[in-house]
Amino acid sequence: MHDIYNLVTGPLAWLAWAIFIVGSVYRLAIMYILAKKKDAASMAYMSWGFSLRSIINWLIPFNALGWRRNPVMTVATFAFHICLVLAPIFLLAHVVLWDQFFGVEYPVFRENVTDIMSMIVVAGALVFAGRRLFQKEVRYVTTCQDWLILVIAVLPFLTGILAYHQIFNYQTMVILHILTGEIMLAAIPFTRLSHMLFAVFTRAYMGSEFGGVRRVKDW
Amino acid sequence: MGIQDRLIEDVGLREGVKRLTEDKIEKVVQGVLKGETGARLAAYNEICMRCGLCSEACHFYLSHDGDPSYSPVGKVQQTMAQLIKKKGRVSPDDIYGMAQIAYTECNLCRRCVHFCPVGIDTGYIMSTVRRICHKLGVTPQYIQDTAHSHSATFNQMWVKDDEWPDSLQWQEDEAREEFPGLRIPLDKEGADIYYSVIAPEPKFRTQLIYQAAAIFNAAGVDWTMPSEPGWDNSDMCMFTGDFEMMGRLKRRHFESAQKLKVKRIVMGECGHAFRSIYDMGNRWVAWKMYPVPVIHSIEFFWELMKQGKIKLAKKYPGPVTVHDPCNVVRGRGHHEKLRELVRFLIDGEIIETASNREHNICCTAGGGVINCGPPFKNVRLAGSKAKADELRATGVKTIVAPCHNCHGGLEDTVKRYELGMHIKFLGDIIYECMEKPS
Repeated sequence: MHDIYNLVTGPLAWLAWAIFIVGSVYRLAIMYILAKKKDAASMAYMSWGFSLRSIINWLIPFNALGWRRNPVMTVATFAFHICLVLAPIFLLAHVVLWDQFFGVEYPVFRENVTDIMSMIVVAGALVFAGRRLFQKEVRYVTTCQDWLILVIAVLPFLTGILAYHQIFNYQTMVILHILTGEIMLAAIPFTRLSHMLFAVFTRAYMGSEFGGVRRVKDW
Repeated sequence: MGIQDRLIEDVGLREGVKRLTEDKIEKVVQGVLKGETGARLAAYNEICMRCGLCSEACHFYLSHDGDPSYSPVGKVQQTMAQLIKKKGRVSPDDIYGMAQIAYTECNLCRRCVHFCPVGIDTGYIMSTVRRICHKLGVTPQYIQDTAHSHSATFNQMWVKDDEWPDSLQWQEDEAREEFPGLRIPLDKEGADIYYSVIAPEPKFRTQLIYQAAAIFNAAGVDWTMPSEPGWDNSDMCMFTGDFEMMGRLKRRHFESAQKLKVKRIVMGECGHAFRSIYDMGNRWVAWKMYPVPVIHSIEFFWELMKQGKIKLAKKYPGPVTVHDPCNVVRGRGHHEKLRELVRFLIDGEIIETASNREHNICCTAGGGVINCGPPFKNVRLAGSKAKADELRATGVKTIVAPCHNCHGGLEDTVKRYELGMHIKFLGDIIYECMEKPS
């Protein structure tokens, strides 16, 4: 057990972070080069102001038409993403690890807060899964990869909750939690989770087109 | 559920796919994907989360009882997603279905943009599918005929070189009875405005040229029209995916205006021609800015109104509703000017449809869909049920729609759903209400 623990917190952790960081930089760089080469007619219209205008407006819940027409999805999406990003960063146990390995210290959320946030992530994933199963327009276009990334995204949180509440075998859960977290990190640049990297640019581009060329809102 | 369950017989599509082999398809698809598309398509393909939020944006989906194969992402799933996944290795029959989806079940209206959190442009994806189909030679017969007309005559309707000035002179002649001294000045160098129309105007809506001439005459506008090819601002080649020809059309249009050294081009009440200038054609010929400033009739009439150049003898009886054409509203933000102008012209209120301004539901004719002709008319009309419901709810008798395609589509919709409404161009109303010599 200790060996496995050392493996997942040592070499595998380095590997996962390396794949995540190097992979992300690589993919962003390749995409940028491709855009410069092939999408000049689109790049020419990119604008900082309209990009930010669009991004900000889409970050306000119920502001965009798409959000207003789908309240359940809006609540689920915002809650899911906010918790998914913030809970791991400000979780006490994670900050302790940062301190232990690198001497980095920063404020944390209270443990019951991150516990609830993790549960919100799982609940959000259940909403997404429910839509994939029962909403016909979503089911029609769902592919294996959509299920895969949903599972990849939810497992670290599910195992984290089980470990925190010491349900099943604690050590096994912690190891699974770390492992699934690493899988998620490594998967970001190379699966549909890459929307984390690219969505800001597609949104910015659409905002630029609608603001600068079409002179209307894109939300 | 899916395109293969609802294939419609069209001679253009049928003859086109007969000539295909999987090898040829693969080569052409790869050629377009590698040669013409880049990061935009790659990113869209990768980050579409398949959340389905775009479904509700699409009038085809709304009107077909929520059939998921009509949703924007559903259409992408059946076309571009397959082409990318299979690297272009699909069968001729698959191409038939893809062409039918891309040409006849998507108006490229881009309402789905307002529903997609990650900012995916389905209109662009569908245009790229059309581009592939064009290069494969699989296009609906009717729209291909108009594209051929563009290639042969530089106008959409096979209007011959002598027929064009002849039509203008005929309208001038007719109008001089009502407005003595009225001219349709041809090839006048240095005029303030160059008026360009789409070829269906001289072909079968010639009264619109008459009306425009009457309005410009009454407002004292210094205007001209060209006597030679270049006068047609329409662009069906943009919709078939014949981008080479699209570029030639735009260049010819602007060169014709440059030759006359005019200050501005005013485009008639048409939407798609405007798109071909601000969005597609100009980029194809690598112009970020247009060589001659271009404005749409909505803007020009609005200017005339603001400057007090249009004098009304009466106001048009309201209330009315306004239909926002996607290419000049979602495409150019003219919704408020349009409303200001309508308020100026009518006696009564504007009753808005539930979806309005940049969120307006499409007329279901645009994007070349109506130009694909009779074989696809029933599907198109079934697709406009959502629009018909919104129109009926306004309870008005008049729809103001400053776009030819919207007119064609809405006329069919009004008839099919028995809405009992009239559709008016801005020019119709201005002409009817303006002061005329007694």
